[in-house]
Amino acid sequence: MEKSRSGDFGFRLGMGAFASLLLLIVGAIAAVLIQDAWLSIQKFGLSFWRTQVWDPVSGEFGALPFIWGTLYSSVLALMIATPIAIGIAVFISELSPGWLRQPLVFLTELLAAIPSIVYGLWGIFVLVPAVRWAESGLPDAVRQLPFFSGPPLGLGMLAAALVLAIMVIPFTSSIAREVLKSVPAAQREGAYALGATRFEAIRAALFYARTGIIGGVMLGFGRALGETMAVTMVIGNNPRISMSLFAPQYTMAAVIANEFTEAADELYLSALVEIGLVLFIITLIVNSLSRLLIWSMARTSGAPPADTQPEAEPVAA
Amino acid sequence: MVSFSSKLAAAGAAVSLVVAGAAAQTQINGAGATFPYPIYSKWFSEYNKLHSNVQINYQSIGSGGGIRQISNQTVFFGATDGPMTPEQMQAAPGKILHFPTVLGAVVPIYNLPGVTADLHFNGPVLADIFLGKITKWNDAAIGKLNPGVNLPGTDITVAHRADGSGTTYIWVDYLSKTSPEFKSKVGVNTSVNWPTGVGGRGNEGVAGLVKQTPGSLGYVELIYALQNKINSGTVQNMAGEHAKATVESVTAAAAEAAKQMPPDFRVSITNAPGKGVYPVSSFTWLLLYENPKDKAQSKVMVDFLKWALTDGQKYCADLGYAPLPEAVVKLEMAAIAKVKVS
Repeated sequence: MEKSRSGDFGFRLGMGAFASLLLLIVGAIAAVLIQDAWLSIQKFGLSFWRTQVWDPVSGEFGALPFIWGTLYSSVLALMIATPIAIGIAVFISELSPGWLRQPLVFLTELLAAIPSIVYGLWGIFVLVPAVRWAESGLPDAVRQLPFFSGPPLGLGMLAAALVLAIMVIPFTSSIAREVLKSVPAAQREGAYALGATRFEAIRAALFYARTGIIGGVMLGFGRALGETMAVTMVIGNNPRISMSLFAPQYTMAAVIANEFTEAADELYLSALVEIGLVLFIITLIVNSLSRLLIWSMARTSGAPPADTQPEAEPVAA
Repeated sequence: MVSFSSKLAAAGAAVSLVVAGAAAQTQINGAGATFPYPIYSKWFSEYNKLHSNVQINYQSIGSGGGIRQISNQTVFFGATDGPMTPEQMQAAPGKILHFPTVLGAVVPIYNLPGVTADLHFNGPVLADIFLGKITKWNDAAIGKLNPGVNLPGTDITVAHRADGSGTTYIWVDYLSKTSPEFKSKVGVNTSVNWPTGVGGRGNEGVAGLVKQTPGSLGYVELIYALQNKINSGTVQNMAGEHAKATVESVTAAAAEAAKQMPPDFRVSITNAPGKGVYPVSSFTWLLLYENPKDKAQSKVMVDFLKWALTDGQKYCADLGYAPLPEAVVKLEMAAIAKVKVS
């Protein structure tokens, strides 16, 4: 008895140390970012967040075009990826014949395993020409809209959003699938017993699993915000704010990757680190908001926050 | 510790004079520009074949990184595509010397379906295109340089580097010298605030953009264009010739510059005067402290540099670099004597 208790204590201590290590790492990242960005923080203050000029020659730095490009591309990617990812998850967990299930699971997970540089190359050689072809095929009346203005380059926001969407799908889809699997069988049986069609039963299951699915969507959003290489290869790297899907734009992660190695000037370097800090803060805000959303939904519906326990529950409940 | 190992190295160097091959290793670390990396690694490996006790390591982390690392004395030598600024020289703990090692050039490349002749450009026209002022291929200014060429009325898509790069530095340095407006609106740096166009990553990124986009115009390193057989346009030099970038015309630019070489070699040779000169050319520099801490490494490095500037130059052409002209090598040999080796 005595022995096992002391073992228990040691175990708790060890695990606690690992958990606090996590906190320490996040804190250390924030500290280093703030320290290295200090020169730029002092010089530009809050205007760094709202000015649009990025000029290494005159030493003027504003992050707004990069913040815009990052959020716009990620939101577009989510709008494209979410319905597809949920569709894949529903098909695999509810409709697919048994022999097809494992190959489909394998294929979606394969998408997540492809390195982003490969997505970038594919983007340049396949996606961008296809997007250019589609863009030039649009009728002039449509091209007048602010979303489709500018010359059809192929490179730009649309290509970036499409690449990101493909990269995000496996994350959202895997979590949605796991969450759907964990919907109690009684839920479905109940729906059928009330005379629901298959579509209605699936809709009920989706509703039951919605917090977990939103958790998956948010995970995809986090992934899209930070993606660097594939995006910089297709987005056109031009720090100008535009609503147009055709316009070349820029993201925070991309500008850091592109300009860091050759930045010799102290202020320039410091401004690039501050971009990293801004990305860190925005990611933090997005993650907190999604937590809050999941938490409030779980509270009002009374269902368990399924994303924290994606493992299947005993079916015979 | 340092003094012990340096004594050991010095002893090793002394022994190697007597018993060739049976000497202690001297390791030297450097870092900097990516542009000269292929020739530097060729030199280090060839030099190691001649002197098996000398091992030089080079990390191609970019010019900015090279300047930072030699200023912090974390490497023995640095390398850069743009000379250090006076502020950077001030900030370093000791006097840093610049040594030009080889030459590079930047060329305009374009994709214009139906046009087979080499297109001619000049500084002001290129500057206006990269400023976004000339937007169509059939603009009168381009037409004037290319009589008899049937230029289409399509939009010009400008392609530039998105990553910070010595290539961009050379290109905008040239455009700034030939266009006051470009100088005041854009200026010179490894990254600039481009008023127009799309950014590709690396030479291959820009070349890929140009290859895929009809009506586009971009710039890449001469080496890259030569190795990938990409045709480039000519750029008009100060003598009024439509100069094509070749190994010879780039060396010629440096030979002209040698006539008024400042003693510290921190000179831009873009838009050099004279005949047969390709105007978008530049040196790339090796950075050394005048009075390095480790004299044994210094001795080895000086010997290596002398070899690289003479025998080493023969490897240039194969790798697509232009060799230094005789006059510059002569000036540098005199300057190397200033580096303290004991």
